[in-house]
Amino acid sequence: MSQRHVDKKARKTIGVTLGVTVLMFGFAFALVPLYNVFCEITGINGKTGRVSASEVNQRDFDPNRTVVVQFDGTVNSALPWQFHPRQVSMEVVPGKLYTTEFFAKNLADRPVVGQAVPSVAPGEASLYFNKTECFCFTEQTLQPHEEVWMPVTFRVSPDLPEDVHVMTLSYTFFNKGGLTPAQEKAGQGSHATGR
Amino acid sequence: MTTHRIRSAFYFLIFLMAVWLPAAQAELALNLSEGVTEFSRDVYQLHMIVLWICVAIGVVVFGAMIYSIAKHRKSKGNKPAQFSHSTKAEVIWTIIPIIILIVMAFPATRVLIKMEDPKDMDMTIKITGYQWKWRYDYLDEGFGFLSTLDRKSNLARQPDSGIDPETVPNYLLDVDNPLVVPVNTKIRFLLTADDVIHSWWVPALGWKRDAIPGFINQAWTEILKPGVYRGQCAELCGKDHGFMPVVVKAVSKEEYRQWVAQMKGEQVQQAKMDQKTWSKADLMAKGQEIFETQCASCHQKNGQGMPPAFPSLVDSATVKGSLEGLIHTVKFGRPGTAMSAFGNILTDSDLAAVVTYVRNAFGQRDDTVQPQDVAAVTQS
Amino acid sequence: MSHATTHEHDHHDEKPKGFVKRWLLTTNHKDIGTLYLIFALIMFFIGGAMALIIRLELFQPGLQFVQPDFFNQLTTVHALAMIFGAVMPAFVGLANWMIPMMIGAPDMALPRMNNWSFWIMPFAFAILLSTFFMDGGAPAAGWTMYPPLVLQGGKNVAFMVFAIHLMGISSIMGAINIIATVLNMRAPGMDFLKMPLFVWTWLITAFLLIAVMPVLAGAVTMILTDHYFGTSFFNAAGGGDPVLYQHIFWFFGHPEVYILILPAFGVISEIIPAFARKPLFGYTAMVYATASIAFLSFIVWAHHMFTVGMPLGGELFFMYATMLIAIPTGVKIFNWVSTMWQGAMTFEAPMLWAIAFVVLFTIGGFSGIMLAIAPADFQYHDTYFVVAHFHYVLVTGAVFAIIAAVYYWLPKWTGHMYDEKLAKWHFWLSVISVNVLFFPQHFLGLAGMPRRIPDYATQFVEFNMISSIGAFVFGFSQLLFVYLVWKTAKGGEKASSRVWKGAKGLEWTVPSPAPHHTFQDNAPVNDADLAHGSAH
Repeated sequence: MSQRHVDKKARKTIGVTLGVTVLMFGFAFALVPLYNVFCEITGINGKTGRVSASEVNQRDFDPNRTVVVQFDGTVNSALPWQFHPRQVSMEVVPGKLYTTEFFAKNLADRPVVGQAVPSVAPGEASLYFNKTECFCFTEQTLQPHEEVWMPVTFRVSPDLPEDVHVMTLSYTFFNKGGLTPAQEKAGQGSHATGR
Repeated sequence: MTTHRIRSAFYFLIFLMAVWLPAAQAELALNLSEGVTEFSRDVYQLHMIVLWICVAIGVVVFGAMIYSIAKHRKSKGNKPAQFSHSTKAEVIWTIIPIIILIVMAFPATRVLIKMEDPKDMDMTIKITGYQWKWRYDYLDEGFGFLSTLDRKSNLARQPDSGIDPETVPNYLLDVDNPLVVPVNTKIRFLLTADDVIHSWWVPALGWKRDAIPGFINQAWTEILKPGVYRGQCAELCGKDHGFMPVVVKAVSKEEYRQWVAQMKGEQVQQAKMDQKTWSKADLMAKGQEIFETQCASCHQKNGQGMPPAFPSLVDSATVKGSLEGLIHTVKFGRPGTAMSAFGNILTDSDLAAVVTYVRNAFGQRDDTVQPQDVAAVTQS
Repeated sequence: MSHATTHEHDHHDEKPKGFVKRWLLTTNHKDIGTLYLIFALIMFFIGGAMALIIRLELFQPGLQFVQPDFFNQLTTVHALAMIFGAVMPAFVGLANWMIPMMIGAPDMALPRMNNWSFWIMPFAFAILLSTFFMDGGAPAAGWTMYPPLVLQGGKNVAFMVFAIHLMGISSIMGAINIIATVLNMRAPGMDFLKMPLFVWTWLITAFLLIAVMPVLAGAVTMILTDHYFGTSFFNAAGGGDPVLYQHIFWFFGHPEVYILILPAFGVISEIIPAFARKPLFGYTAMVYATASIAFLSFIVWAHHMFTVGMPLGGELFFMYATMLIAIPTGVKIFNWVSTMWQGAMTFEAPMLWAIAFVVLFTIGGFSGIMLAIAPADFQYHDTYFVVAHFHYVLVTGAVFAIIAAVYYWLPKWTGHMYDEKLAKWHFWLSVISVNVLFFPQHFLGLAGMPRRIPDYATQFVEFNMISSIGAFVFGFSQLLFVYLVWKTAKGGEKASSRVWKGAKGLEWTVPSPAPHHTFQDNAPVNDADLAHGSAH
């Protein structure tokens, strides 16, 4: 085994191991979308899916089965808003479409942009919780002291496992920043400060 | 090793035992508590089963080692055997652990399924973690409150307090407003957080669960025995992670109903407090109390703070400047700094009191702030 | 290698003159190994000093010495210094010294890269430690660096991330070097299944390193961009997920645990047969057990996250997978005990440390099984029970194995025997105090004391006091070790080339101290010299 032979073999080893290194660095970043796909399949983190209205009502369901959906609203302390659901809970038949409302009010003297992040508990149930209309799909801009009632239209899938009796739909509203006077004048709305 | 060395090691061990025994007599908690829920008792049993299995394996393995160390030594003239493998032995000590693990897995799976199956809940409480306090919202009743480290503990834990923690009852395990719950009631907990990840833990309930900003987690419990149960935040959440206890007060259903009625009455009372005009003395007294529970962990009791992260309030420009500016800072916080917004956390009368206190005590300005003044300041 | 055994102090033993040439520019595997070991020792004392400040503060309730924020900085940097600065570099140092000698290679395959991979380390740690002197102090979010807490950090975030990147680059270069050396530089006749177990465990560790260190680099890069460039990988407000970070981190973090312990398994598998004067029991089983532990380490990461609220299916999967690790680990322990069985044991310092390793690592393994039980972990998680567990596997595991290795090979490195009497003092002081230090922490955790708190409720006073006393005795006992190593390097009884009567392997066929350049050409290996030669 000559030195040159060793070098040649070693070079191949280095090439392969460096390749693995680069691949694994990329893998860490690939985990971000992979994790989201994984969550959509398993519901591991309670993020909810979104379906169009046409996909709903495609399937037979048992009109006698009911589950309770609780609603909850959290305002992040950096957002000067009030935010809460109209009702604490609702009895729903899996398979049917329902609409409920959330109240939001801007307490500040300037327009403020908020973004709601939905979360469902238990995490598994999020797979079966489909929203067709939701204020969480886009950023919301409220003018000074503006009050709004924001609807959410949803359907719990009839495929929901039998052992789930109660599920919670929770929104946390985060501050996405205020509008500068210039932006206000230009009339830029909900996408003004989106990252 | 010669025998006299063994003997001296032995004496040292006896010495250690002598140190330990008095400690053990002081009824030290050595083990997991059995707790007051069915789940916590299941966990305790599971813990004991696994612990004793480990002890048994330990006795066999360490026993074999000790025997071997005593017998198979060169100084005893032992001739080394030359065997280097035995397929039979290796198969046996692969199979036996598998069997033991399966034996452990059965009860573990059963208990876990029970924990993750919240059915027929009677009530829901939402727990929100803040740096460094908890908020409890009784969703069915429509009220909620903050729960912060008790004032006595908070004073004693300051670095130069001079207070002996041993003299403070339930040092670091007491809060101003405990979570009050009824016994024999299935309670669903929804957990989230405002800033960073926290973890809500009461050992007597048998579990802890993370509170994560933007996400809702759930857990449940049914407390079987009235009593006060104490725990702490379990996930590192910043500077005062060690100072955000959890206290659960489990009472009879009847007492709980009375307590709920009283809390609802207090809410009406609170609204009145925000309407009325306060005397300066009342504001100062109340303000000092609030300052010491809410503000002193960063700005220190004497207002000197811990610069640069937590600036001194004494003669600070903000504290001495316009009253509106000071109220604004306290109410809405300073984005991008450690100063958080207290507008959603304290009532207007509380804010008025604490601003009055800060203004007078650290700003040397003789002002009185009323709840109405606080309400008038809106975010700019 | 006949030339090496026949000439004591032969003509190959020419060391470069001058400090810069000898140490700064060195490409010699032995010198680089020495540098790594000295660096690890320094970091062990720096990290240890932080641990002693922590234990000093925890000696009694109330805050006496440090502010809570500084306490968090100490726990964070203590962990980073010990994991990335002490244990990992120490094992890389041992690998540098021993692997070429054990496989009959003249040096490492990539000697210049070897030099860089060492000299990056002091810079990485200078950067990390410098954060202590900055406004806002050192990172304080724990070595796990969980967002969103870590994003609240000030300037130190960039320094911490950059330091971790450098450590990662160094580790990856070291790992590539070891893989290249073991795969390509073995002497003729050194088949894979004749390699010493230390070489085997390091080869597998090196593969783990190149697989997971880049993942850590990716995770901290995302923290960096979240902090400075407005991305929202882990920020819920921007649609990110803080739990995602924990998944990525522990995908690195769990294999990392085995990176820290597999080379220790290798060391122990060298030492016990030598002092039992008996071949290692179940050599092939040991190799396969190591490989299966490494494989399993990739599919158990979420057992660090049972309390984040996973679905039942996930919890069950990670619980069962974690319990499975007990099987190959058990095989290792049974094999070490069987190696001792019917041997003719003597109890010099390396053997004492190795025996202590087997016993105390097993205790750490037991608490590991307990922690694997998901419902019970709802109680144990983030308490001192976990602190006790990982210090049993990392201090009485990894660190004890490193110390055992140093005593075992020190005569080969220096050419002198160490002072056996003093070494026994060092051993007994350490082994007793380390148990006084960590055993009561099991009780504290079970009684309900959370991790990472600077102050505690009064029911935890007694055990914290005992633990702190143990910590100080253990800490100061290690000064004895420094003295011993220094004294041995300076002089002492001449060591023979065999050093230990029962020791086998190529490193014992060269003179002590090992010449600067050991194997010049590719002399075929003589099976009789090997621990696992013709017997298989």
